[in-house]
Amino acid sequence: MSLTELPPLPYSYDALEPYIDAETMNIHHTKHHQTYVNNVKGALERFPELKDLGLVDINKAVGTEKIPQEIATVIRNNGGGHYNHSFFWKVMGKPGDNNGPSSDLKAAIDSSFGSLDELKSKFNAAGAARFGSGWAWLIYKSGGGLAITSTANQDNPLQSIVDEGGIPILGLDVWEHAYYLKYRNLRPAYISAWWNVVNWEQVNANFEAAKKGDVPV
Amino acid sequence: MATMLAQTHAFTGLRLMQKPRSTGCSRVRGVAARAELELKPLPFANDALEPTISSATLDVHWGKHHRAYVTNLNNQIKDKPLANKTLEEIIVETYNSGSPTPEFNNAGQVFNHDFYWESISPSPTEPSAELKAAIDEAFGSMDEFKKQFKAAGATQFGSGWAWLVKGKDGKLAVTKTPNAENPLVHGQTPLLTMDVWEHAYYLDVQNRRPDYIESFVEKLINWEKVSERFAA
Repeated sequence: MSLTELPPLPYSYDALEPYIDAETMNIHHTKHHQTYVNNVKGALERFPELKDLGLVDINKAVGTEKIPQEIATVIRNNGGGHYNHSFFWKVMGKPGDNNGPSSDLKAAIDSSFGSLDELKSKFNAAGAARFGSGWAWLIYKSGGGLAITSTANQDNPLQSIVDEGGIPILGLDVWEHAYYLKYRNLRPAYISAWWNVVNWEQVNANFEAAKKGDVPV
Repeated sequence: MATMLAQTHAFTGLRLMQKPRSTGCSRVRGVAARAELELKPLPFANDALEPTISSATLDVHWGKHHRAYVTNLNNQIKDKPLANKTLEEIIVETYNSGSPTPEFNNAGQVFNHDFYWESISPSPTEPSAELKAAIDEAFGSMDEFKKQFKAAGATQFGSGWAWLVKGKDGKLAVTKTPNAENPLVHGQTPLLTMDVWEHAYYLDVQNRRPDYIESFVEKLINWEKVSERFAA
C-alpha cells in the first residue's frame, strides 16, 4: 500500500447500497481519504527519508521519536486517516457476498466474547459510545486473543499512543461523514446496517495474518 | 408539573409520618431546587440562515442533536446533587480537572449549542466601538481576527468548536476545543463560538468545512450579541 497514493475502492461506489449510499462512498473516498493522502504526501516532501517506512510502519512510529516533532500531529492524523480508510474499504463488500467468520475465527470469537452476537453487541456499543469522531475496532492482541476497542479521531490500534494496541481485524468508521447523508444523527442505525456489508472473507484473512504477526492493510 | 409537585408533597407527608427514608428526602430536594433543563427554542426561524445553514440541518442539529444532549443530561443528573447546580457549575465540576465524568459531554454540548445559536444573526450586525477597539488591540484588525478564527475552525481535527474568548488576563484570544470542551473549563469567558462538528455543515457542504466557515464568519455572526457579552 503506497503511502502517497489513494488506493482504488475494491468495488463500485454503489456496491454497498442500500446500507451505505453511493454519494457517501464517493465523497468519503475521493474527498476525505484523498485529503489524508495529500497531507501525508505534503509532510513527507519535507522528510523524504520517511517514505521508506510504508503505511503500516509509519503508523507504528506515531508517538515515537522516528517521526520528527514538526510533522508528528500531521502524521498521526493523516497517516492514521490513510491507514484506517484503506483498511476500512477492504473489510466491506457487496451485501450477501459473505458467509461470516471462518471456523478458526469463530472459535477465537467464542473464546474471547462467548458468541458472535456478544461480539457484535460490544462492538456496536464501542462505536455508539465513541463521543465525537473516531473508530471502533476488533483487534488481535499481542498475547493472543481478541478485543474490542475504540479510538478517537484517526488514531488506530497500531499507534503507540492508544490505550489498547493490537493488530486490527475489523474496523468501523464512526465519524459523522461516514453516515450523515443517509442516517443523520442516527449513528446506531448506521452501525447495525453496516454489519450487512462486512466482508468476512477479508476479516478471516486479517485474522490469519494477525496470528502470524502480520498487519493487514 | 404542578400535579407532580402536589403528589410528591402528599407522598412525602405520608412518609414523614412513617419516618422518611433518605431516598424520599433527596428526591424532594431535587424537585424543589430546580426544574429540569429545557431545550431553548432557536432564536430565529428554521429557514432564516439559508443558504449558509439549511433548515434541514437545523431540524436535525437543534431538533435531534441539541435535544438529545438536554435529555441525556437530565437523565444523568436526575436525583443527584448535580441537579441542583447551574449548567455552568455542572460543566466545571464534571470536567473534573481534565478527567471528565460521563455528564460532562452532555453538559458541555448543551451550553455550547445554546451559546452557538445565540452567536448567530440572520441579518447583518456590527460590533460595538469598544469591542472593535479590543479586537484591533488583540489581533491588529478585524480582518486578522477573522483569519485566525477561520483557521481555528478549519484546523480543529475531528469534532469541536472555534471560540473568541476573553482570557483571565482580560485580553481577547482565538481558541479551539475538541468535542464538548469549552472555555469555561479553562477559566476563560466565551464571547463567540462556531460549531465545527461535521453535523453542523455536512448536509449543506459535505466535506467542504472551509466553505461553511467562510460563510458563517462573513454572514452569520451576531456582533451585537458578542458586543453585549464583551461588555458584561
